[in-house]
Amino acid sequence: MTLQELIDTCGLESVFVPDAQVPVTAAYTSDLLSDVMAHCPDESVLVTVQNHKNTVAVCTLVGAAAILVVHRREIPEDMLAAARREGVALLRTPDDQFAVSCKLGAALKK
Amino acid sequence: MSEAPQTPDASDAKNEPEPAAVNEPLVLLELIQRLKVRDVMTAKLVTVSRKDTLREAQELMKQKKISGIPVEENGRFFGLVSVDDIIRALGGGYIDDACSRHMTTQLVVLEDDMPLSFALRYFDRYHYGRFPVLNRDRRLVGIICQRDINRALLVELANELNRLETSFGQTPGLDGAYSIYVLREYPICKYDFENAGKAANQIKKVLQEKQFPPKVIRRIAVAAYELEINLCVHSDGGVLSWQVSNGRAEIIARDAGPGIEDVEWACRDGTSTANEWIRSLGFGAGMGLVNVKRVSDEFEITSKKGSGTTVKCVINIDLPVAT
Repeated sequence: MTLQELIDTCGLESVFVPDAQVPVTAAYTSDLLSDVMAHCPDESVLVTVQNHKNTVAVCTLVGAAAILVVHRREIPEDMLAAARREGVALLRTPDDQFAVSCKLGAALKK
Repeated sequence: MSEAPQTPDASDAKNEPEPAAVNEPLVLLELIQRLKVRDVMTAKLVTVSRKDTLREAQELMKQKKISGIPVEENGRFFGLVSVDDIIRALGGGYIDDACSRHMTTQLVVLEDDMPLSFALRYFDRYHYGRFPVLNRDRRLVGIICQRDINRALLVELANELNRLETSFGQTPGLDGAYSIYVLREYPICKYDFENAGKAANQIKKVLQEKQFPPKVIRRIAVAAYELEINLCVHSDGGVLSWQVSNGRAEIIARDAGPGIEDVEWACRDGTSTANEWIRSLGFGAGMGLVNVKRVSDEFEITSKKGSGTTVKCVINIDLPVAT
């Protein structure tokens, strides 16, 4: 499915979406960047509490399409700037990791 | 009257606006991070003592064609006499007074082991013509002005160019599959989370441009990223280098300290010496070296407590290896 379809289905907040039509085939939930480096699939949405620019660097390296920040944590300016530079989408949700992971799992199964 | 010179600390820098240099070409960025103030400063100093007169200082400035003279005795730094001080002395009729009475004592100084990027930031911030340089023992060891920086950068750029020309001259096997020859080095500074991951990202982009297989790119990116973060988190600063030639990608992280006491322990999954602050940033999970080993075909680590650590990993590009 496309990123836009996922955003609509799960009711996610779009903070920055450079290309809403990119395919999303998976999701990965983790707050440890080395774990993300090791296991996060490409074309995925990373669900995390880590609202800083290093998360963007990691997503760029693994080819993740978007970062979904939980608990509607604030997105710092430098994180937004990094996302713009690297073309990584930034999303937010008021949900916690588990709740939003369930929603993403259900949406991606369709 | 003597006021202690102030040395800027790292926390100052965090609140600074981005220096103009961030828009400079990459090679310049690398240079200003790699070079230390001591590499650039003028170490052969022309100085006066506190009892010397401002007239003597003026004469020296004229002879040596300089616009400021440090006041020091046996390495101890007391202040600076600048052209402005001399002009005021001439106007005020006290040019024959001792330097100690009129020298500038409220000074910002730099330390000799600070990176050049720090000095540039302070030239940008304070608009002073020069900064005295002290060593860790607070002894005066040099002075740095914008001209020193320009000269050092030109010399280093010429060296860089020579190095590139030499490496291109030795390029092996350009026609074979994945036999491009790339050799790059990235200086990595301790706790520089601002730039953490940039080297790995640049490596990935080069490999994408060369149309390497995505799985290979990912393995190389994982190794480069983890080694880069390790240098940033655990070392006192070091260099990440990589090269691809004849179907092999070789990535080396080298630092000069502090060294690892128990290498075997450090390579175990989940073990880390990272503090809470680093963990809160998502680092320090103790998975870094494990990840590097996992994606590598060859892995080697040598370290000694009190000296440096070198980690070398090789990824065979032509061989299919499970990730």
